[in-house]
This record gives sequence, C-alpha cells and structure tokens, in this order.
Amino acid sequence: MSTASAAGVTGFTPGQRAAPIRHWLRLFGSELRNVFLRPRNLAMLAVLAGAPVLLGVVMRVNTPAPGSGGDGAGVFVGEIAGNGVFLSLFALYVLQTVLLPLAVSVVSGDSVAGEAGLGTLRTLLTVPAGRIRLLATKYAMIVVFCFAATLLVAGLGLLTGAIFFPVGPVTLLSGDTVSLAAGLGRLALIGCYVAIALSALGAIGLALSTFTQHAIAVMAAILVLVIVSEILDAVSQVAVIHPYLPTHFWFSFDALLRMPIDWWQVMHGLASFAAYIVIFGAVALTRMRRANITC
Amino acid sequence: MRFRSGQLAVDHIALAVPPGSVYGFLGPNGSGKTTTIRMLLGLVHPTAGTFRMLGTDARDGLDAVLPRVGALVEGPAFYPFLSGRQNLARCDAADPSADLSTVPSRIDQALDRVGLLAAADKRYRAYSLGMKQRLGIAASLLRPRDLMILDEPTNGLDPQGTREIRSLVKQIAADGTTVFVSSHLLAEVEQICTHVGVMSTGKLVFQGTLAELRSRGESRILIRTTDATGAAEVLGRLGLADISAGDGLVSARLGEHAPEKINAELVRTGVPVAGLETVRPSLEDLFVELTGEGFDVNG
Repeated sequence: MSTASAAGVTGFTPGQRAAPIRHWLRLFGSELRNVFLRPRNLAMLAVLAGAPVLLGVVMRVNTPAPGSGGDGAGVFVGEIAGNGVFLSLFALYVLQTVLLPLAVSVVSGDSVAGEAGLGTLRTLLTVPAGRIRLLATKYAMIVVFCFAATLLVAGLGLLTGAIFFPVGPVTLLSGDTVSLAAGLGRLALIGCYVAIALSALGAIGLALSTFTQHAIAVMAAILVLVIVSEILDAVSQVAVIHPYLPTHFWFSFDALLRMPIDWWQVMHGLASFAAYIVIFGAVALTRMRRANITC
Repeated sequence: MRFRSGQLAVDHIALAVPPGSVYGFLGPNGSGKTTTIRMLLGLVHPTAGTFRMLGTDARDGLDAVLPRVGALVEGPAFYPFLSGRQNLARCDAADPSADLSTVPSRIDQALDRVGLLAAADKRYRAYSLGMKQRLGIAASLLRPRDLMILDEPTNGLDPQGTREIRSLVKQIAADGTTVFVSSHLLAEVEQICTHVGVMSTGKLVFQGTLAELRSRGESRILIRTTDATGAAEVLGRLGLADISAGDGLVSARLGEHAPEKINAELVRTGVPVAGLETVRPSLEDLFVELTGEGFDVNG
C-alpha cells in the first residue's frame, strides 16, 4: 500500500504533529476566553469586585474603633482604620466563607457538566480534543480562575483601603511592624494560599462535574459541602475529623501574618489542599477516561 | 455493545464501508444506529470486540485517526453565547493537528460552503434550526476529511437547504471522501447513496449496493385488460408465478421473464391489452420488509 493511498484525500499521515505545546495553548486560550468573556461569568466577577468596595465603604462610614473586634475576621476589623491594607485581608476573609467558593463552584460545575448539558462535549471530543487533554485544560482554567478571583478581591480591597484609609508600615499579628513593601509581600502570599485553597475546591467541583450533565447540580453539591464542612468544623464533639475537612485550613493564613512566619501551619494547610487535589483529580481522570459520552 | 441495564444495543455487526462510497445507514428508531456511530467516534466504549477505521484498529486509540473524520452526531451542539464564527474557531482550537497558518481562511471557507457566511457573526442562540444544522456541517468541513459521518444531515432544513446539502455531499464524495450518512429519509438515501446498510434491533440485516437492495424486491408485471381470465391463463402458460386476477387487472411476479415477450404472447393469443407496466417495489416497502411492520419501538 503506497503512502499516498494510506494518507488518503487529506494527505495526513498519523504521527504528524507540529508543536503540540502550541496546540495545547490554543485550546487553553480558547477555554480562558470562553470562561472570562462569558457574560454570566463577567457578572459574577463584577459582584466579586464590588464586595470589597462595599465593605470599604461600610467601614469608612461606620469606622470601627482601633483595637476593637474579636477573633477570626474581627482581628482585622480593628486594624482597618489604622492601615488600609487590612481591608484587603478582611475582604479576603469574609469572601472566602461563601462568595469565593460560590464563584469557584459555578466555574468548576460548568467545566464538564456544562459542556455535557449543552452537548458541546461530544462536539469537542469528536474533533478530537482528547479526553485527558480536555480535562487537564479544564482544570488549568479553574486554577487560573481561582487566582484571578482572589487577585480581584485582594486587589480591589487594597485599592479601596488605600483610598479610604491611611496606608503605611504593617503591624503583624505577632506585634512586630514591617515595612509596607514587606506587608504587601505577605498579602501576596496570603492571596496565593487562598487561591490554592480554592483550587482544591475546584478539583472537587471538576470531579463531580464529570458525573453529571447538570452544572447546577454540581454547584449545589459544592455549596452544601462547604456549608456542612464549615458547620462540622465548628462542632468540637467531632474534633477528630476536623483536619480532614476541606474547609478546615482555609482561614489558617493568619500564620503568614506572624514574625517569623509559622511555616508549620502553612504547610499543614497546603498538604490538605494537595491531598484533595490529588484524590479528586484521580477521580475526575478515571471517570473521564471510562465514561460513555451520551450527551 | 451492551448497555448497563443488560440490553444489547448493537450485536456484533460487520460494517463494511467501501472507500469513496456514499454509504447510507438506515434503520428504525432504537435499532442501534446512533450507538454504532458513537462507538465509531470513540464517544462510547464497546463492551466487546473492536473495529478498524481508516486503517487503524480502535484498540490502538482513535485520537490519531479522528482528525481525518468529520462528524455530525445527533444534532449540532454549540455555545449559545458565541457567534457561529467563534464557535468554529473553538472547534478548530480544540484540534491538536490543525494547520495554524490557515485558520481564518479555513473557517470562512467552511462557512461559505454551507451558506452561512452572512450570518457568521450572529450569536448561535439566534440561529434557526436549519442554520444550526448548517453550522454543524461546517464544523466537519473545517479541514479536508477522509471520512464524513453525518447523522441526519438534512434534519430541519428547508427544500433549498436540503438540495444544497445533497449536492454538497455529492461534491464531498467526488473529492474522494467516503461519506457515511445515517438517515430516515429513504428518498434522500436513494438519491445520494451508492451503498446501504440496514439495522434492525442491533443487527445489520442488509448490507450492499443500492442496486442489490432494489433487486431484493420482486418486480411484478401489471396488465390492464377486459379479459382477465384469458390474460391469467396466458401468464400461467408462460410460467409466471403468483398470478392474481382482479376486475380488469391481472398481475404476476415477473421473475426472469421479459415484459415485451409477455406482451407479444398476449397479443398473439388475442387478449386485449389496455395497459402493461412493470412495478418495482419502493425502497420504503423493502425497508419495512427488512425491519418489520411494527409501529412500536423495539424495547
């Protein structure tokens, strides 16, 4: 059989693949455009952007006395009047409870289930986009979204804080004062920590997404998971399971606001997130490979 | 391919599609046509057995051969919030072996071939059913293909659209692409297909050229005459089988006999022949004969 007839009409020979990285970047770029330019997602990002601004306005109007506030988010509240950087931290803390996980649940639920619901999953797979290639692209998109959302919240919190309140050297929780630049560096680290925490949630969302054609079911499941986890985390009778709950280490980033940084606590949190990513990533991979696509 | 519920959807069919042909895949609802197509495209995993497509065994992985296959399965599926052009750009971006230097021209060319160039920038949610169908076909035309698998390509199209798609399929086949069309529209299949495969409850009950399918049915000779008994007697004498004589109408199975010889014999005997014709069974009759009369879907 001559090469010409084996190649057929298209002149395409198997194994002919120019620069697979370029092609993967094309798919990744298309995926990012699909998510970040979609009107519904833009509206969601607008809400996420508005929240820290709203918090700033509220704090400005009803300025809390310095040093007031209890533990948890309250720790930051007292510091806001003195240093606008703490508004950013406060915003991250508050939005991490529900709004940021909500946004991640929407995007991760949509990733595979949304495509299945529209039927575009079969369109993509017959191109062929490749099941594993597509799954990897979807997760990469989710991670980018988590970082973008965190950046949006932290960035706008900082901007609003800088406008409404004085900004200067940052007093850490351990009592020491660091320069503004170092303080902003700590803020960046905290942002990364929060984004990784959200990426772990995104991995759970991606895994659930491969089991259904209804994105809204995944959204609901993730929200229920977050709420139940946060409730259980507050119940001391089940303290034995606390370290295994997905949300347990979400707010441990106060470790990054100490001098010296409490790396042990930080690593503990990152290990928890890594475990969730690996486990649910494996679930998503297995499901994606073996499923019969009937959408 | 056996579903999880235990139902056998496709039972060891031996599809043989000659290269360069236009193969019509027929069958009633629930006969396993779409499941077969999904298996060919790698969307569904067979529970047993394998197949070869364009020289590649399915067990070796279809990702290498699927770029040479254009497909439209169970209706077009695109993003409602993107325009037609953006949707095609996304399909092309997902292709791991697309020619990166010709992307805009290939998209324009595909849109032009299906007649959607003017509506390319409208949102997909604003498209009519026919336009959606055309976009689905455009996606399969984004690059030259060795094989096109089209599931009901003229679904929802107006008569002009149907004609265009029919001539498009002929053009594509003339370029050397093998076309595999799954359809309910027998008239369509008769017009464009060279080969036919008929499915019924998971089994392939017929496979061959269209001519072979047509010759399966028995032609009958129909004679309009005032002397029915006389005509029937002549036909019997000539050796025709299955003679039925009615009021002014006599018919018999034609078999190998030549109609003109029968006519000559009738005239010689003195039977008045008002009209004589050969009646071939329609494709619909053949199809129903192969797949069963029942209206209810099988299981």
